[in-house]
Amino acid sequence: MQPLVSMHGINKAFSGVPALQSASLEVAPGEVHGLIGQNGAGKSTFIKVLTGVYRRDAGTVQFDGHDSTVTCPRDAQATGIATIYQELNLVPLRSVTENVTLGYEPKRMGVLIDWPKAHRRTREILSRFGIDIDVRAPLGSYSTAIQQLVAIARAVSLDAKLVIMDEPTSSLDANEVETLFGVIRGLRDAGVSVLYVSHFLDELFAVCDRVTIMRDGQTVGTRNIGETSKLGLIADMLGRNPEDIEAAGMTEFGGGQAKLGEILLEAKGVSTGNRLLEFDLTVHRGEIVGLGGLLGAGRTEAARAIFGVDALTKGAMTFKGAPSAPANPSDAINEGIGFLTEDRKAEGIVPDMSVRENLTLALLPKLTKNGQIDRAQEKELVEGYIKSLGIKTADMDQPIRELSGGNQQKVLLARWLATEPDLLILDEPTRGVDVGAKLEIQAIIRDYVDKGFGVVLISSEFEELVEGADRIVVLQDGYSVSELQNPGITENALVKAIAHHYEREAAE
Amino acid sequence: MNAQTLRQNGGVVALIAILLFNAAFTPNFLQLQTLFVNISQVATIAIVAMGMTLVIATGGIDLSVGAIMALSGAMAPLIFQSEFGTAYPALGLTAAFVFPLIVACMCGLFNGALISVLRVQPIIATLILFISGRGIAQVLTNGNLQTFKNPAFSYLGTGKVLGLPFQGWLALAIAVVLFWVVKRTSFGRYLLAVGGNEKAAQLSGGPVKTVKIGAYVICAFLSGIAGLIVVAINSASDAARNGNLMELDAIAAAVVGGALLQGGRAPIFGAILGAIIIQLVKYTLLANGVEDEVALIAKAFIIVLAVYVQQARKE
Amino acid sequence: MLDDNTFDLRKYIRGNTQTTAVWLVLVLLIVFGVMRYDNFGGAYNIASFLNYNAMFIAISLGMCFVIMTGGIDLSVGSVAAFTSVIAAYLSPYGLAVAIPGAIAAGVAFGALNAFFIIAMRIPPFIATLATMLGAKGGALVISGAETIGVDWGSNFTKLGMEKAFGTVPWTILIVALLAVALWIVLEKTSLGRTVLAIGGSEDASTLMGLKVNRAKAFVYLLSGGCAGLAGLFLASGFGAGQPLEGIGWELSAIAAVVVGGTLLTGGLGSVPATIAGALLLGLVFNILNFENGRGTISLSAYWQMVIRGGFLFVVILFQTRITAEKSNAS
Repeated sequence: MQPLVSMHGINKAFSGVPALQSASLEVAPGEVHGLIGQNGAGKSTFIKVLTGVYRRDAGTVQFDGHDSTVTCPRDAQATGIATIYQELNLVPLRSVTENVTLGYEPKRMGVLIDWPKAHRRTREILSRFGIDIDVRAPLGSYSTAIQQLVAIARAVSLDAKLVIMDEPTSSLDANEVETLFGVIRGLRDAGVSVLYVSHFLDELFAVCDRVTIMRDGQTVGTRNIGETSKLGLIADMLGRNPEDIEAAGMTEFGGGQAKLGEILLEAKGVSTGNRLLEFDLTVHRGEIVGLGGLLGAGRTEAARAIFGVDALTKGAMTFKGAPSAPANPSDAINEGIGFLTEDRKAEGIVPDMSVRENLTLALLPKLTKNGQIDRAQEKELVEGYIKSLGIKTADMDQPIRELSGGNQQKVLLARWLATEPDLLILDEPTRGVDVGAKLEIQAIIRDYVDKGFGVVLISSEFEELVEGADRIVVLQDGYSVSELQNPGITENALVKAIAHHYEREAAE
Repeated sequence: MNAQTLRQNGGVVALIAILLFNAAFTPNFLQLQTLFVNISQVATIAIVAMGMTLVIATGGIDLSVGAIMALSGAMAPLIFQSEFGTAYPALGLTAAFVFPLIVACMCGLFNGALISVLRVQPIIATLILFISGRGIAQVLTNGNLQTFKNPAFSYLGTGKVLGLPFQGWLALAIAVVLFWVVKRTSFGRYLLAVGGNEKAAQLSGGPVKTVKIGAYVICAFLSGIAGLIVVAINSASDAARNGNLMELDAIAAAVVGGALLQGGRAPIFGAILGAIIIQLVKYTLLANGVEDEVALIAKAFIIVLAVYVQQARKE
Repeated sequence: MLDDNTFDLRKYIRGNTQTTAVWLVLVLLIVFGVMRYDNFGGAYNIASFLNYNAMFIAISLGMCFVIMTGGIDLSVGSVAAFTSVIAAYLSPYGLAVAIPGAIAAGVAFGALNAFFIIAMRIPPFIATLATMLGAKGGALVISGAETIGVDWGSNFTKLGMEKAFGTVPWTILIVALLAVALWIVLEKTSLGRTVLAIGGSEDASTLMGLKVNRAKAFVYLLSGGCAGLAGLFLASGFGAGQPLEGIGWELSAIAAVVVGGTLLTGGLGSVPATIAGALLLGLVFNILNFENGRGTISLSAYWQMVIRGGFLFVVILFQTRITAEKSNAS
């Protein structure tokens, strides 16, 4: 059968750095096709080439038997490609109806929008997802999960031949994921193709027919889902042999054998609003405590509370034996806390500044004498960290944006190590870095803890948590609900703890 | 020369082109007098443009600089011509420098507080003083032109050091100090960090609010000085004209000098280069008999061109 | 949610605190004025008040659309000054020529803004600041920096000085029709919804396949056209093209728009509330004039600028509080 989508030899570079190198993809009509790869493998870029957000440098794209002439998202929609992007791309200030029907509003007399009909149609579409809400309220007044489903509803309602979903389940709970799968299967039965991008491998096995694997901007291969295994896909993504992975394990903190020191941080009943409701945590010296939970469970919010970004509305914390209530990050840093944030680009690096300036940003107060920065001391310090962490940079004055993701992350890690904090909070420290850098970063963290400091580790990768943390505190809907102790935690145990439904007294 | 280097050194190239054009076509251009006139004019633009550069480095903008010039310029003669000022000339003169600058700083504090504490967009926040600042100046002087004879005060605008106008040296001194601040102090480092990535700066413990307010206060302070210089040059204060459209000159000079409107860069000497270019364009048009009004249009064109080139460089 | 067509007043008030407050203050000020001053509620004051403020309502409506996309148009005052000169030059040919001529001149500046912003990707405030400068220079050049008297022989001054059917000033009638048309565009057409969506998130709007550039071009052309209309009213109402007018008009318009509850960052906005905002600002000056007349206070014309700024300041304080509440609620 002739494929619906056929992309071959696609090249795309951003200011000289190749993101796609001769990538290819074929999607058959009425097929659910998975697209996987590590962060930075080029999945999102690939999709954006298909939908006309980016212009390809080379290669051919055929859609529905014709050479594709798509040059912008609107063209893509017109030819029958509907896309749900990874970052929510809706307008929170506007109503649910507008977000679903914008650009395709039902009209009276050809010009005037027929609002009653638009509302009715929106409610119909949403009811397919089992959602019954006030469609005239601003989209932003609903939860992220609902917003995500609205985005999917919009795409599905466009009568497309191909629906692209980029990580659609990242903020959905298990029931919502099931509903989504139902809709996807419905689409397939109606002859619509779905291109499904996800890093949750189980989902691919649940819903996809075939999977295309990408690595370093190239297409590694396409597999029938019935003829491969989870391990096989992982091996393809990482470019390794399945046997090696099984033997070595994927992460190498080697947690669980630490001798515990005195209590470093204690948080009791901490709340900062409706994302973090009741959170307890104890961290000892020499210990890595993992925070487990789904997206939106309150892990990042817990970190922000400890670091003084969000003010406490309830509860109390002690740090190094004294009450702690930092009013802002600067206070927290002075107390001896560091926080490596999750979003490297938005909250971490200052792109135009040099490696040196980025590395010492949190340390400036200590480097400053009478308002003037001690340049000699700064250089010496930065040189030391570049060497000890193995940061690959031309020299310390190279702009940080020119470094690879893994090296940027090492600079940010060094930014916090340089402040010599007693407690370091790491939010997804190895996300979006290559395997080599990942192992190095994990080794640095273990090394640091062994010196008698404490670490709070947030990670969405279960392996990293299970094998890296000495203890895991599990969060759910803003509550800390259970605690697992290493050695002895298995991935299954963690998943079970995260998925278990806890009754709460506080809940109405 | 390829396109890249042309873009990066566009300012210098433009300056050389203007100089060559003038040397060839403008009568009496290559004379000391021309240099003096241009230095005394360029100093005010440069001083304000340096302040604007700091504000732009934080990702902001200050539309109120011209109004602040009018305000500080209107206050100075009021003070040294008051009963107190005539009775104690020395004290009056000091007060005529100090008070207008304090008021200017307070204007900057107002701008900075609105922007960093109340999170109002810089354009809107500074638009308030852009309009009412000049209004206050006119209310204070009742809209009258204030003329005066005060050699001591006028030194600021007419004095000479080593044969060159005093305000030129002043601008240079300010540039050296600000260059040091940007390159060597933690304030400067935070300034660039705030403009480059505000969230990252805040999460690294940077005093984001203080730095932003600081930038607006410095910008207002420098505008205050420029306002005093203009009054000193003319030996007269006209609240309606002092600093009129200076915000455009200053923004243009800063952008021509290489400041990025998105923030994160503070080329202090670039601002001076930009100011010189703006001033020379003005002078060239005037000296070749082009009307003042047409010069406005030319300036608008320069601003659009400079920003356009800058945007293109970014992409 | 059972029925979309029921209107719950209490819910509306809760959802639109600011708009409701504006209308309330407007009514209170009118009541205050009528009770305190003899001629306040008289036909003459009402007509001249509306006639004078028609210009400001016009530019506020244009500004409202620009701000809803998250942009800004600082050129409206200068453009109005420019078109007032054009209108004055065209006045001998009568309104049939002067009206389209003045509006076209305004739209041309709008097109220039749109070109800078959309094609050259220059930030709106820089682009419109440059246009402001260009229009100002242009107005001075074509007028020789002098006021240009209009031709009293043609029907030109009827527009600004006479009433339609002997009751409503022509200017306010035109503005009312414009407002209704714009209200329909905003509430009932894809274009209007696109304008709001762009202000809510321009990237999302592009990815949703909306015609972003077309909508952005529309708002700047509209704003230019509205400024052209205001210039026409200025020349016709005061009998002269005035190249030096228009200073601070952009501030009045922005203040009116913001008072009307339009978010400065875009994405939310309303036509009636913008008119209410413009009227409120005008009324404050009207009342101050009456107070000046009674001799209770004596404010020079220079105070106008100070008060405009102060007014914007108060409104911004108010809006920051509201936005803060909204973001806390979600």
